Amino acid sequence: MISASLSMLPAAIINGFMYGAIYALVALGLTLIYGVLHIINFAHGAMLMLALYAAFFLFDLFNIDPYFSILIVTPCAFIFGYLIYRYGIGSLAKGKDQNILLITLGLSIIIENGALFFFSGDQQTVNLTYGFEAFDLGFMYLSYPKVISFFAALLMCAILWAAMSLTDLGRAIRAVAKERQGARLVGINVEHIFAVTFGIGIACLGAAGCMMLPIFYVDPYTGNIFVLVAFTIVVLGGMGSVVGALVGGFIIGITESVGGLLLGESLGQIGISLIFILILIFRPTGLFGSKV
Amino acid sequence: MLRVNNLTKKFGGLVAVSSVDLEVNEKEIVSLIGPNGAGKTTLFAMVAGFLKADEGEINFENASIVGMKPHQICQRGMVRTFQITQPFAGLTTLQNIMVGAYSNTPQTISARKKAEEVAEVVGMTSLLSQGADGLTVAGRKRLELARALATDPKLLLLDEVMAGLNPAEIDEIVKVIKGIRDRGVTIFLIEHVMKAVMNLSDRTYVLNDGKLIASGTPSSVAENPQVIEAYLGHGAAEAMAEGA
Amino acid sequence: MSNLRRHLAFLVLGALGLIILPYFISSRFYIDVLTLIFFTAYLGQSWNILGGYAGQFSFGGVMFFGTGAYVSSILLTTFGFPPIFGIFLAILGGAFLGLIVGYMSFRSGLKGSYFALITLAFAELLRVLANSVEFTGGGVGLFLTYAPGLSNLQFETPVGFYYFALVLMFISIAIVYWLEGSRFGAQLVAIRENEDAAEALGIDTLRCKIYAIMIMGAMGGAAGTFYSQKYLYLDPPIAYSIHLSVEMLLVTIVGGMGTIFGPLVGAFVLHTVNEVARHFIDTPGLSLIVYGLILIIIIGYLPNGLIGAFKKKEKKSGSNSLDKKRSREES
Repeated sequence: MISASLSMLPAAIINGFMYGAIYALVALGLTLIYGVLHIINFAHGAMLMLALYAAFFLFDLFNIDPYFSILIVTPCAFIFGYLIYRYGIGSLAKGKDQNILLITLGLSIIIENGALFFFSGDQQTVNLTYGFEAFDLGFMYLSYPKVISFFAALLMCAILWAAMSLTDLGRAIRAVAKERQGARLVGINVEHIFAVTFGIGIACLGAAGCMMLPIFYVDPYTGNIFVLVAFTIVVLGGMGSVVGALVGGFIIGITESVGGLLLGESLGQIGISLIFILILIFRPTGLFGSKV
Repeated sequence: MLRVNNLTKKFGGLVAVSSVDLEVNEKEIVSLIGPNGAGKTTLFAMVAGFLKADEGEINFENASIVGMKPHQICQRGMVRTFQITQPFAGLTTLQNIMVGAYSNTPQTISARKKAEEVAEVVGMTSLLSQGADGLTVAGRKRLELARALATDPKLLLLDEVMAGLNPAEIDEIVKVIKGIRDRGVTIFLIEHVMKAVMNLSDRTYVLNDGKLIASGTPSSVAENPQVIEAYLGHGAAEAMAEGA
Repeated sequence: MSNLRRHLAFLVLGALGLIILPYFISSRFYIDVLTLIFFTAYLGQSWNILGGYAGQFSFGGVMFFGTGAYVSSILLTTFGFPPIFGIFLAILGGAFLGLIVGYMSFRSGLKGSYFALITLAFAELLRVLANSVEFTGGGVGLFLTYAPGLSNLQFETPVGFYYFALVLMFISIAIVYWLEGSRFGAQLVAIRENEDAAEALGIDTLRCKIYAIMIMGAMGGAAGTFYSQKYLYLDPPIAYSIHLSVEMLLVTIVGGMGTIFGPLVGAFVLHTVNEVARHFIDTPGLSLIVYGLILIIIIGYLPNGLIGAFKKKEKKSGSNSLDKKRSREES
């Protein structure tokens, strides 16, 4: 039994990397929002679920390949995020940390049950023509979608990192993250930058949703699965750290698949909440406790 | 009563408080003065248990209080106020003061009685039912004082209770502080403005860049060239001497 | 004092009304709805002690409920231990869990959103554990047999459970009523308003917060026994459902945090909304959409909840917290 598990270990690790990259993208949106706005978006999972549905319906109704949908869903997600922060969350919370948490909790309840109301509770998946083709690595098969999603997620992380470091907008965002009063004084429209950042964070989810759909499923509760995962990655990598989100994503992806292999499907999930609790208690700044 | 030896605190490379020795005796009013950023509040925070000192000893009534938490230090009879007032904003003045009074009694009735007494001492009786968030700056400073006093301290650490007050308000609070001392409470206070503490304190320590640069009676300290330089900048002492 | 005395009069009248109410209601449906309202109000009250009074919001309040439910149910199914005594062990179990969670999180200085999230993670951890070990019945769950009688805390009619829930709710109101006039209550409120100042004034803030979460845990434990004896079935998704965690904070926030009757008012309003919505459109999800909207509206426009909104004399405290923030930044 143990030896059988061990022989499957390399496959589990590689699978962990594949999922880890996508988790990282989900967490990246969360950590960016936290790093700049210092708020926790509890509706992150619910918004990811919306992105998955968007990709699903684009495929189901218009037969658009989910990987192509990235180009449609990502900008829409940005606009959605921008508007919902600027005219919803930002103005209602009155700057209180716990209020934001509660408002985004309310938002996640609305989104989740809205999806249940309109789309029903059925699990939806897509069948791509190349969905069952796979690379033969000798000790395992790796499906095309997993590989595509892996590299697409890495590419998105790289684009985001480059945009944050090299563009004027990125510089403005980092200025606001560091010194919000100072940024306001030199004429940066802080509220606008906040909303843009929130929009970018949600845009990450848009992209992540499209990449996840071919290797996952969607139902109204999909988001719940990822809420704790994303938070864990973010606290593990350090709130606000881009590199941390990537490394944290890999760690969680591998923990989950290796944990599932060694402890069984059910107990394997324990790793995530356990890591979350231990990190918060013993090293609340995370492994890479820097700011964006 | 309070004896501090070799107290040191560093933040990264910056030495905020550097091997400070000082002493406060029973029934004294001792002040700690110095320019902004001299390390006064940091020193207070260490004495009251809010910050961990990197080095040094703090003895209160001949027992070390290093490593104790603020509430334990308060229960031993030393209580601090905050420079930036920290009222319980959602509560009334009376409820604020009662929180302090509860440190000596579990009884609501006696806590209320104590709070009303203390309010009388600091002149807040008419404000008892007012919400703490509606108080003026002067009111908030008094509330800080009242809450601390309600814990029945032996030693009060007052962090700039006069900052932001007008001269008339300062005169009043000086009277209040003297009254508190006359009731047997020892007082150790931080003040940024030298003039305000001149006629209040028995002894004064001067802190600059984390180091003690002078101590003694207020008048002797005020004539110390090092102190004048610290306050007015380099060369000021000479200029003043020439002028005189 | 007069304020408390007025509450007391209100309390006695209301209690009498609720005690005789079943004699005027013949519909089983209304009795069940009222039972559920009392039950949620009770759980909300347990959340209120830690969240409303001590200011520590938890997102995983369900963990005490689930643990209490498992304690008394396992004692019953495995050892035949009667729930009338089992409920006390459920209470102890909840309090003990509160001690562990409270000690671990408060000790390491977690507050605000971090505390909320770590409680969520604890509940999730317990859910996975309950799903994986055998003595909880794992994913299959635990089935309890229906054998009405006081020693089983099971009743032949819905009215029996109505009174059971009513007693729990009365006890919770009595606890909070005591809190309002006590030193411990004042200390919790001081911690909520300003933890540093509370500590400076001699309050052992860590100990107080741990006591508060232990009370919450004890109350949650009893609720677990109530639930499992009423519905006779328990599995990990029920025992540790995030939905119940949310409902606890929702009824309290809607009604008014840090008030004696907030959770009851909130539970009453939300359940009424729920039933009315269900009456018109019986589609899954709709009433929860309304719950979410109500939560956002209350946070945005009525921070003191419905009770706060009716108390006209309540002053705005929003500007003040801004001042405080600003002066902190300046320092």
